[in-house]
Amino acid sequence: MAEQFLSEDRTSEVMTVNMGPHHPATHGVLRLVVDLEGEVVRDLKPVIGYVHTGIEKSCEDKSYWKVIPFVERMDYVSFFFQMEAYCGAVERLVELEIPERAKYLRVIFLELNRIHSHLVWLGTTALDLGAISMLWYCFRERDRILDLFEMATGQRMHTRYFQVGGVIEDIPIGFEKKLREFLADMPVRVEQYQALLDRNEVFLSRTKNTGIVSRERLLELGVTGPLLRAAGEPWDLRKAFDYLAYPKFDFKVPVGTIGDNYDRYRVRVAEMVESVRIIEQALDGLPEGPFIADDRKYVLPPRSELSTSMESLIHHFKLVTEGYRVGPGEIYYAIESPRGELGCFVLADGSAKPARVHFRDPSFVNLQAFKDMSIGGYIADMIASLGMLDPILGGVDR
Amino acid sequence: MPDAPGLELIRGEIEAAHPGAVLDTGFAQGRAVLSIDPIHVLPVLTWLRDAPGQGYRFLSSLHAADYLPGEPRFAVHYELLNRDRVERIRVKALLADPGADSLPEIDSCVEMFPTAEFQEREVFDFFGIVFKGHPDLTRILLPEDYVGWPQRRDFPVGGEPVTFTYNEKNYG
Repeated sequence: MAEQFLSEDRTSEVMTVNMGPHHPATHGVLRLVVDLEGEVVRDLKPVIGYVHTGIEKSCEDKSYWKVIPFVERMDYVSFFFQMEAYCGAVERLVELEIPERAKYLRVIFLELNRIHSHLVWLGTTALDLGAISMLWYCFRERDRILDLFEMATGQRMHTRYFQVGGVIEDIPIGFEKKLREFLADMPVRVEQYQALLDRNEVFLSRTKNTGIVSRERLLELGVTGPLLRAAGEPWDLRKAFDYLAYPKFDFKVPVGTIGDNYDRYRVRVAEMVESVRIIEQALDGLPEGPFIADDRKYVLPPRSELSTSMESLIHHFKLVTEGYRVGPGEIYYAIESPRGELGCFVLADGSAKPARVHFRDPSFVNLQAFKDMSIGGYIADMIASLGMLDPILGGVDR
Repeated sequence: MPDAPGLELIRGEIEAAHPGAVLDTGFAQGRAVLSIDPIHVLPVLTWLRDAPGQGYRFLSSLHAADYLPGEPRFAVHYELLNRDRVERIRVKALLADPGADSLPEIDSCVEMFPTAEFQEREVFDFFGIVFKGHPDLTRILLPEDYVGWPQRRDFPVGGEPVTFTYNEKNYG
């Protein structure tokens, strides 16, 4: 009996294994049904929807300004990007031009958020690959970013800082000094991360030449963001399209060569340094002036006017109770989020509530490439690829 | 983006190749919109991708909208992108509501654009629009046994009762 058991060729047998939805390496509630032959992945199916909360449907029952905190909670790591996609879409629908200072402030917070998002990614992914101390170092810097968010907006996450028309308030005194200290430190920290990982034999052998997908296949699958750039395609919406103040800044788009997991790591780390450069330029060139548009139809009047001006009080009352109406129309507005093209589709039917808010979430679309990244490789490489894919399941399921 | 005259040129050329395919064109918020008959969706998408001088090879997003009480009721939106010229064009396939007993149907574009696989499943999941030829058209975000198409406008917000195991056991 035992002999027969041992003589069986146990590697040629295909076994279906369920991973998740509650598995620490799936970065959220993602379930993977994996067909394994020995340790080699032969087929894979991601099963999603475990954190679907119907945010898009709920948005249809909220006036336009109340949608902002809802959409922030989709992709909960890049909340500023969610806000910008939505606010930008509504601004384009009502053809509201935002002031120059608001554009710069938005860029500062978006790029801080990009660094924050990449730090969360780097910490957790390195943790998956066994580099435990990376998590503490990354979260140390992440905490400084959250402190900056708290200083300027009052909240560490889900700040509701962007408004239709600009930002809710100007940056406080002392913010610039604190931000500059952070910007001075960050490139040094990035070098330290690289010193820890770039010559780490375990990290290198687990990331180099694993999870390769060709550039053409990635484009077919609609993959955008660092994953696409790691395969050598310099596609970045910040460069391609003219939005906010990005055309005014000098920054590079890091690209990889073969598109393996190591390239994905290098591209994201290089992006952090580029984001630091963008923020420095935005701080240096930060123009004076209003931080929110002066259109009382869409923007709350300043608090100080409420006690002196009857008209302001009426505007305030109308905006807070019914909200503003948006004429019929539809718009698709896409920005470059830390994970790729984040698009927001808003359909307005003339009432004070949107008829449809849809997010083209980059994690959702990029997840389709996971099968191509994993098939034919070892199951351990699959975990590495999932980390490098960086899906945020809140964004996938919405 | 193709400007308004450019859009009319595109319309004219599609009309020559596929008569009756284009129902309307629109130009709003700087975005060209091509409203088409859903029967012709694959030929139009293929033409926009392959015809010389077009090259809309990247499908940025596929989503749907319910225009109730407008007619036709549904539209599937294809946000196409030409990455060389950095131009976007929106193709809107207008779908009438066939009534309560059957579901609106449209051809699947998964073979042309593999990226549409998840997105078509999502549209099916929330609007009940059937994509003919999709390899695995099942619910993606909602549970498999879910009944109803929640993103339709006549599906009420809060139409989903909140059930907790505790409530079910003690009061259900």
